[in-house]
Amino acid sequence: MKSIKKDFPILSKKVNGKRLSYLDNAASTQKPKAVIDALSHYEMNLHANVHRGIHRLSQEATYEYEKVREKIKNYIHAEQVDEIIYTKGTTESINLLATSLAKLYIHKNDEIVISTAEHHANIVPWQQACQITGAKLVVCPIDQNGDIELDAFNSLLSPRTKIVSISHISNVLGSINPIETMIKNAKKYGAITIIDAAQSIAHLPIDVTQLGCDFLTFSAHKIHGPTGTGILYGKYAHLTAMPPFMTGGDMIKTVSFEKTTFNSPPYKFEAGTPNISGVIGLGYAIDYLSQFSWDEKLNYENSLTKYLIESLSTIHGLRIIGNPSKRSAIASFVLDAAHPHDIATILDEHGVAIRAGHHCAMPLMEHLKLPATARASLSLYNDKEDIDQLCNAIEDTKRIFQ
Amino acid sequence: MSNLIELYRDLILDHNKNPRNFGELQNATKSIEGVNPLCGDKLKLFLLLENDLIKDISFIGTGCAISVASASMMTENAKGLDVNQCLELYAMVHSMLIGKDEIDVERLGKIMALSGVKAYPSRVKCASLSWHALKQALSTNQLTASTE
Ligand SMILES: Cc1ncc(COP(=O)(O)O)c(C=O)c1O
Repeated sequence: MKSIKKDFPILSKKVNGKRLSYLDNAASTQKPKAVIDALSHYEMNLHANVHRGIHRLSQEATYEYEKVREKIKNYIHAEQVDEIIYTKGTTESINLLATSLAKLYIHKNDEIVISTAEHHANIVPWQQACQITGAKLVVCPIDQNGDIELDAFNSLLSPRTKIVSISHISNVLGSINPIETMIKNAKKYGAITIIDAAQSIAHLPIDVTQLGCDFLTFSAHKIHGPTGTGILYGKYAHLTAMPPFMTGGDMIKTVSFEKTTFNSPPYKFEAGTPNISGVIGLGYAIDYLSQFSWDEKLNYENSLTKYLIESLSTIHGLRIIGNPSKRSAIASFVLDAAHPHDIATILDEHGVAIRAGHHCAMPLMEHLKLPATARASLSLYNDKEDIDQLCNAIEDTKRIFQ
Repeated sequence: MSNLIELYRDLILDHNKNPRNFGELQNATKSIEGVNPLCGDKLKLFLLLENDLIKDISFIGTGCAISVASASMMTENAKGLDVNQCLELYAMVHSMLIGKDEIDVERLGKIMALSGVKAYPSRVKCASLSWHALKQALSTNQLTASTE
């Protein structure tokens, strides 16, 4: 694949006088100029509230906003456009599910299965649902390599299992979970299956119809789109049955002081004026990525990830956390010599942007017996030079802390 | 790189490697936990207070070099002070960390080694964690102090 760095204006910026090596893509990705231009075009030419106006601008904004549903439907291979709900992001998508399903479907002594390696966004909403309903949160263990323990997962499943909510890719370990098998096995017990695709949406092809999952969530800013926008995919039959999450304007058919009838999905779940430009930006981000074939993208990312792991492995005193059987473009590591925050500060001085901390996965950190890790995460626009710059900066960290 | 050299001065690196007053104080009259929820740094302070005087002080915990070195220096400096002197010192250190002009360089002495932090807003909390905990321990009955 030829370099696409020049498509991303921010990547030519100097940071601390140095070439920028942006390796914090698991936290948020950068936007190509096509997305930035689309956002600016929207603000300058199209902005108006959606679904409300008779006037020209409102119609145009509504058209641009609505046509993104079709793009998302195609991107994740959903069956219908009205299975695509716009949200603020993965966090809101999972909160919507936990709140709505708790009202309808989860009862005392039911079980909700997650894994040790979940992001707080896929833990806390379920804890809340358990508190309200009296259901139990069940945690599927991971093995020493960071892989889900499939045998343990299967033995946790039972007729009590109402929900299985699992990340496709761990944002700390980079492990790609065997969600096909997990969904299939959970289905045997009639459980609702939810995939947190925050980390996979930009990195792996996703086909919700083939997977058979009931719901899938992701955030636009992890796929080169704007922040504050995300998607909840859900099977239409569920969406019809589920009570709304937030209520107010746009999600209703009729309102009187005695009674309100709700709009049909997806609008039932989209109360209030949405992030219109965010959604439009997401559409352009998907168009941008779709100009490359999955073969191209996967080949490039896999070879770059291999280079990252190989390069880090040669650094004395550095330990990569986890050795998953299938790894996405993420590597967490620690140094004997320096704490992850000190690493991140020194790397920053070298123009290298990484994340240090608990990565919103405190239970996983507890399990790993680590207070924090440093994490480098790749995107399609990264190259070997970015990784070399990272490794040189790590060597400098070791020099300072020797 | 000059900011980096200012931040990781030898004295800081030394306190990080060999923290002073590290360990639990068996006869402590007060202990308090300090947490930085942003990054998960955690430390626990132990104080032996006699009337108003800090007879002894120690800490345990994990954190980055800045937070460990700062805690180590804090214990060195707080030992032997009375409550008011400690609170005064806290205020001075705080001013230094956030880069205020009017600070008593002489009074701060070696603690000035922490002043490189002011160029790194994201790291000020690391340096202030232990000082914050000290202040909390002396001015409230709370058992945890948070930098948030
Ligand atoms: C696996 C995973 N789930 C959920 C989230 C939350 O995403 P957002 O903050 O965009 O809602 C993230 C983001 O870091 C993530 O990596």
